Amino acid sequence: MLKIADKVFSSRLLTGTGKFSSSQQMEEALLASGSQLVTVALKRVELDKENDDILKHLAHPQFMLLPNTSGVRSAKEAVFAAQLAREALETNWLKLEIHPDPKYLLPDPIETLKAAEELVKLGFIILPYVNADPVLCKRLEEVGVAAVMPLGSPIGSNGGLQTKAMLEIIIAQAKVPVVVDAGIGAPSHAAEALEMGADAVLVNTAIAVAKDPVKMGYAFKLAVEAGRIAFEAKLAGKTITAQASSPLTSFLEEI
Amino acid sequence: MKTPLINAGALQNLEHKNGKSSNFPTTNPAPGNFGFQQVFRQHNWDDVKDSIYAKGSVEVEEALHKTKRTLEDFKALISPSALPYLEDMARISRQLTLKRFGKTMQLYIPLYLSNECQNICTYCGFSLDNKVHRITLTEKQLLQEIEVIKSFGYDHVLLVSGEANKTVGMDYFKKVFPIIRAHFSHISMEVQPLDQEEYEALIDLGLNTVLVYQETYHEENYKFHHPKGKKSNFEYRLETPDRLGKAELYKMGLGVLIGLEDWRVDSFFCALHLDYLEKAYWKTKYSISFPRLRPYVGNLEPKVNISDKELVQLICAYRIFNEEIELSISTRESEKFRDNILKLGITSMSAGSKTNPGGYVTDKEALEQFEISDERTPAQIAEMIKRQGYEPIWKDWDKSFNAGVL
Repeated sequence: MLKIADKVFSSRLLTGTGKFSSSQQMEEALLASGSQLVTVALKRVELDKENDDILKHLAHPQFMLLPNTSGVRSAKEAVFAAQLAREALETNWLKLEIHPDPKYLLPDPIETLKAAEELVKLGFIILPYVNADPVLCKRLEEVGVAAVMPLGSPIGSNGGLQTKAMLEIIIAQAKVPVVVDAGIGAPSHAAEALEMGADAVLVNTAIAVAKDPVKMGYAFKLAVEAGRIAFEAKLAGKTITAQASSPLTSFLEEI
Repeated sequence: MKTPLINAGALQNLEHKNGKSSNFPTTNPAPGNFGFQQVFRQHNWDDVKDSIYAKGSVEVEEALHKTKRTLEDFKALISPSALPYLEDMARISRQLTLKRFGKTMQLYIPLYLSNECQNICTYCGFSLDNKVHRITLTEKQLLQEIEVIKSFGYDHVLLVSGEANKTVGMDYFKKVFPIIRAHFSHISMEVQPLDQEEYEALIDLGLNTVLVYQETYHEENYKFHHPKGKKSNFEYRLETPDRLGKAELYKMGLGVLIGLEDWRVDSFFCALHLDYLEKAYWKTKYSISFPRLRPYVGNLEPKVNISDKELVQLICAYRIFNEEIELSISTRESEKFRDNILKLGITSMSAGSKTNPGGYVTDKEALEQFEISDERTPAQIAEMIKRQGYEPIWKDWDKSFNAGVL
């Protein structure tokens, strides 16, 4: 089971809610994915409206909402938006996203660390979206984040685990759950992340933009489960080809 | 000759740090202080034109098969040689758009604040020499317009006006922004170019996006089409995006008025501008629009026509050149064109637009800027979008993001 802060999840697949052709389709795809933690962009929700279309379709007991701050450019803006989200959506969980760069949507490490520190003090459960930077992940851990969410490749790129070498270090060092976020373009990428020991993945574009998002949601569910089982079963290591003789160490026999 | 261990510029910096005045001539001014003009002046209109028309199918195919495209590739994609590849271009453009933006379509609507204008522009209904009924919305009229726009479902609004600094200048904007801000999450503006400090003041009042089209990058022709008023200053307009970038605006929209000059050459300059801006002001988001000359009171015949087919080519070329750029299409275009272009690269469209101040309620007779073509209501457009398997987006910003404001 995946444990983040004080909550336990049976699904290791986190999902996003953007880019779907309708809220109806989003709802069906997310239900098929088995996801229990669903991130929602604050900027897309009409907080002052009682019957917001997105929220209406996420009103299922198995979905826990994870508001995100996509759109903010600085720690100051993030802290303000977070407080608003907490009020309106009645949750202190937050996916902290600060990307001042609207082209590649790459997260700002300095602002993210600043905001994370402040928000943890304000009682938030923070899951920060970051570049695959092992040192930054440790620094975030030290200020009290509940998980880290390093990217596999640029968001929306479907590029897979291009940051693999860094992800391996992050996973090896982390004391909080590691959720690989962004760039996961196919169920095989998700399986690979779980096999490596990532605690979970977050997927959006690959499901939303698939020809059949509901089926793709289900495919991700299976891939994530398979990847996790494989990790627990311990993959056979890549063995070094057996050598008939040991030219480098055979002298030891002769001493 | 031996390379000196330390160059003049570095020495100058060193002396500067030590507080000594330097007698070295300034040979290497810091980059970034001169704005787009410096880049612009390195390109000659006729040479650019020749180079676009010289592109052949080899260059087009090369551009289509790359994953990251350069400005030279963009030239190939807008060249006549790319027309036979239009179906391929549309397919690639669609794929890239889906990947980045998903099956969504942003909706926006203009709110005309005023049609008063001190400029003479050969192509615009608001031109000073058109002797017609002029109005600027009062607070009461503004609220009435807002009410109707909100009832359509909009949460984003685009403010438009002519250029009449005494009546619709900064004082007016400062007065109406708080009123508008109270009703909309996202405010865009398409008004006269302003100074950096003025933009900063409006950003503090909730301004998110500014659209400022160069109209044409052909300097001589620009002067012909803008003979009188502040708008006749080509360079001030050309450097407006630099001022917006320095003000750290969230988003800016670029474009040319298609029909004033060779659209291929103008579009190249626009892409050049975009390329420059993205590097110089990386915190700002960019969008491109494709306004074609429309009938209006005054009726200027387009010098150059762009066919529907070529407009599709242009839209796809922008997408293939720049995967992240927002592409916008207005109600200037026909129903049929808009319904079909929706899936090919466009990410935002207007719906239910009126192009005259008070057009939604108070003064339906006031002079409009241009005739729109697609007259369907916002609800009808939203329905059409849904029918095509896309989700209409009414809100994609939150007031709380601009924390300094509240």
